Amino acid sequence: MATTALAAPRSPYARQKITRSNFELYSWMFMRVSGVILIALIFAHLFVNLMVGEGVKAIDFGFVAGKWASPFWQIWDLLMLWLAMIHGTNGVRTIINDYAERDGTRLVLKLLLYVAFTIVVVLGTLVIFTFDPCPADAPAELLASFCTA
Amino acid sequence: MPSAPAGTLYRGHEGMWSWVAHRVTGVLIFFFLLVHVLDTALVRVSPEAYNAVIGTYQTPIMGLGEAGLVAAIVYHAFNGIRIILVDFWTKGPKYQRVMLWVVVGGTVVTMAGFLPRHLMNVFGGGH
Ligand code: HEM
Repeated sequence: MATTALAAPRSPYARQKITRSNFELYSWMFMRVSGVILIALIFAHLFVNLMVGEGVKAIDFGFVAGKWASPFWQIWDLLMLWLAMIHGTNGVRTIINDYAERDGTRLVLKLLLYVAFTIVVVLGTLVIFTFDPCPADAPAELLASFCTA
Repeated sequence: MPSAPAGTLYRGHEGMWSWVAHRVTGVLIFFFLLVHVLDTALVRVSPEAYNAVIGTYQTPIMGLGEAGLVAAIVYHAFNGIRIILVDFWTKGPKYQRVMLWVVVGGTVVTMAGFLPRHLMNVFGGGH
């Protein structure tokens, strides 16, 4: 019986890396982890601002001053700002990738998105940490009671 | 375009519509967040500027908008947990449809707790 000789393949089989990084995997995981943390951050935010006392009717400069006089709410709001902005920006990035088919459109939309992200996160962070609850030149009746006490 | 094959598990069913709603609420909340950080930033301008703008949040029309926004957040949050359970819980895919009704029910119950209070604050003669 004749034996058929099979030519050796030119190169042995090697698993190939087809992606450059695991960025999309980490982004997928981030959406889930940040989502769980955001539930606590946002539900407490809504409860304290809209349910307690007179809710939205009670919000004014003095109310904000009362909250940000405490490092607790400063850190709370800072975390909420960063996590919600990264989560939301990453979600909108996915949506742009889904619907904008032309390369140019995708590029422009994502540039706009990242500019908005940067402005809002930088501005929001500065506001939390440079806020003065008792500005010297403001009328006393608009300020929290602890400013005059 | 080929027409949808009959009997598809996803297209046109709860799975697809819950995803559409998750996407729409996500974008809505994101755009509100951009505006919300800007209006809050007015505390750095002056108490008068902040109070003037936050005053518009206390009008009946905006009050109704806030109710809608809270409903969108509550749905997105609860459905987010459902997505996570479908991804990580072994029985998640099997119970995804039941879990959607838990999400919808939970949203309705949460809003039933929130709405009377919020509407009383907005429409009640308190101020
Ligand atoms: C309240 C807690 C929240 C939870 C539990 C949550 C959960 C999730 C989950 C699990 C996803 C799916 C991501 C994926 O499929 O890979 C998602 C998507 C998304 N989320 Fe959230 N999220 C929350 C809050 C927010 C907030 C505050 C915003 C806006 C700033 C937001 C905007 C979005 C957007 C735009 C998407 C993308 C939707 C899509 O790709 O179809 N979410 N969220």
